[in-house]
Amino acid sequence: MTSSSGYISSTPALEPNPTAGPVLEVEDLHVEFRTRNGVVNAVNGISYSVDQGETLAILGESGSGKSVSAQAIMGILDSPPAVIAGGGINFQGRDILKMNEEEQRQIRGPGIAMIFQDALSALNPVYSVGFQIGEMFRAHRGTSRKEAKQHAIELMDRVRIPAAARRVNDYPHQFSGGMRQRVMIAMALALDPRILIADEPTTALDVTVQAQVMDLLKDLQRDTGMGLILITHDLGVVNEVADRVAVMYAGRIVETGTVDDVFTRPAMPYTVGLMNSIPQVEAKGGRLQPIIGQPPNLARIPSGCPFHPRCPMARTGAAAAPDRDCVADLPPLRVVTVGREAACHYSEELLNG
Amino acid sequence: MTDQQQEQSLDPAQIEVDVRTGLGAPSADVTEGRQNSLWSDAWGQLRRNPLFWIGSFLGVFFVLMAIFPSWFARGADPRACSLTESKQPPSSAHWMGFDQQGCDYLANVVYGARTSLTIGLLSVIGVLLLGVIIGAVAGYYGGIADSLLARLTDIFFALPLILGALILLRVGPSTGLPILSDRGAGAVAIALSAFGWMTAMRLVRSQVIAVKSQDYVAAARAMGASNFRILTRHILPNAVAPVLVYSTITVGVLIAAEATLTYLGVGLQRPAISWGLQIENGQSLLRTAPHLVLFPSIILSLTVMAFIMLGDALRDALDPRQRS
Repeated sequence: MTSSSGYISSTPALEPNPTAGPVLEVEDLHVEFRTRNGVVNAVNGISYSVDQGETLAILGESGSGKSVSAQAIMGILDSPPAVIAGGGINFQGRDILKMNEEEQRQIRGPGIAMIFQDALSALNPVYSVGFQIGEMFRAHRGTSRKEAKQHAIELMDRVRIPAAARRVNDYPHQFSGGMRQRVMIAMALALDPRILIADEPTTALDVTVQAQVMDLLKDLQRDTGMGLILITHDLGVVNEVADRVAVMYAGRIVETGTVDDVFTRPAMPYTVGLMNSIPQVEAKGGRLQPIIGQPPNLARIPSGCPFHPRCPMARTGAAAAPDRDCVADLPPLRVVTVGREAACHYSEELLNG
Repeated sequence: MTDQQQEQSLDPAQIEVDVRTGLGAPSADVTEGRQNSLWSDAWGQLRRNPLFWIGSFLGVFFVLMAIFPSWFARGADPRACSLTESKQPPSSAHWMGFDQQGCDYLANVVYGARTSLTIGLLSVIGVLLLGVIIGAVAGYYGGIADSLLARLTDIFFALPLILGALILLRVGPSTGLPILSDRGAGAVAIALSAFGWMTAMRLVRSQVIAVKSQDYVAAARAMGASNFRILTRHILPNAVAPVLVYSTITVGVLIAAEATLTYLGVGLQRPAISWGLQIENGQSLLRTAPHLVLFPSIILSLTVMAFIMLGDALRDALDPRQRS
């Protein structure tokens, strides 16, 4: 990218990761919503890790728990009713959930930052964008107003907002959708986070602008070496930018692997269904193949494999192998081939055709 | 508007800026003068509202009267009295005549504006302070804090403003507290704020609850903003519009309440000059010198009306659904 500003030099050098392992590790995270009508299990023991410079896509349909897990990491769950019922979130080797509120707050921004789906509602309507970007510096580093504004202009340049110096005093509603998302990105990147969580960053944008924003995120990631968690239901976006993908269903990760592997040879019937539901040029004129049925009610997740009521391969009773009854036995997330994990009793059959 | 459209219309000054920033993606600022914010919309609406102009004309007039009473008193001193002029009716030299003590009544009414406006503004500030702080805490933290504060508000709501203020001012001198015991403008303002903050609290509380769930509040938290910063920088500025309207109307109501308290004999005491005192003194002479009640009442009504009209106009302007 062609950023000409002195921004990089004005921020402290990237702190070395104290532990050599992944920057962010989520271990067996459980989140539930305790409502009057019972407990809704939104996230049921997910684990993943993100390395420096890596892009992990979390893919799933609405209600699969992908956004809730991100909100748990950011500490912005609405609680009550949401409760983190178990698990750990290790950032650079330290468990965020065990820190006190002030330590957690200091990690948000410089450590982990987040961009939201709808940038217009995620920006405060009463402040100019320059003021909001600059607030990151004022709040976390105690920078003066004037300097913070200068940083804001540099950042707006960096996310390729044209005429940044002139638009720094404009208000969010004066920007187009794509430009607003760039402002959001500029805010998130202000303090050089080690991890950026992008919660459906392009869903509210039209297709050409989507591509620009994803390109921008990729370039920025290359420059800063941050880890990127991309939460989306857009298979095209995943295919373009992600290194690894984790597919979520009913609050669980049901398959992980590199994007190429998962997209070309899915090891879980749900992923197969997802891939079949993409419109194909070759199949023009034919019918799309949807996944039949409805996503499960998270207050009453089906027994055994949560996907079994919709699964064309589900086996039960006499047809099932011992301890691999789809209706009774919950399939663990297990290694199926090198670098691939899937939560299906019969992944091998899928993989080997 | 898409980014492409922005890039199509070029403007030389713009290109220059972009060359300097090294980005080479010139765009003209097509948004200028086309899109409106809440406040610029509101101003456009206000400008066309006669209520606003009448209200602000009267408001400015009375505020000037409070700050520079000598401009309006036609050279008369409210305290230079001569009993020979007692209860003289209005004349061309003395537009409002004389009171029982033979003081120029116009000068007295004019000098009363300062007391009334001071008390009105001081008590509205008190009402806002109490209402915003209690309402914001209750709305933002919710839970037990909210339940306790909401019940406290209900208790105060059960006490009528005038009755509560009357009792507080009656026992005020015996408490020995600094401002409350001297029965001046400060004491009246404290009494009025202490029993007048509840509506402001409920307004702020409901606004804060509504704004709290906005995405930008979650975003601010995700960026590491502290509770105090979120509340003061992100929630309150978005919650003030209705409170502002309410407080404008309340200035008028509180000025009238001050006159009522003074009339009932618990507010200001002579030698203070206030419209309430003038009405109180004039009432016994209503049959012989009706102008002593009439003039301060008219001026009091006009002042109260000015603020209520301003508040009404502001409310209409800030509420898009009220626009025709």
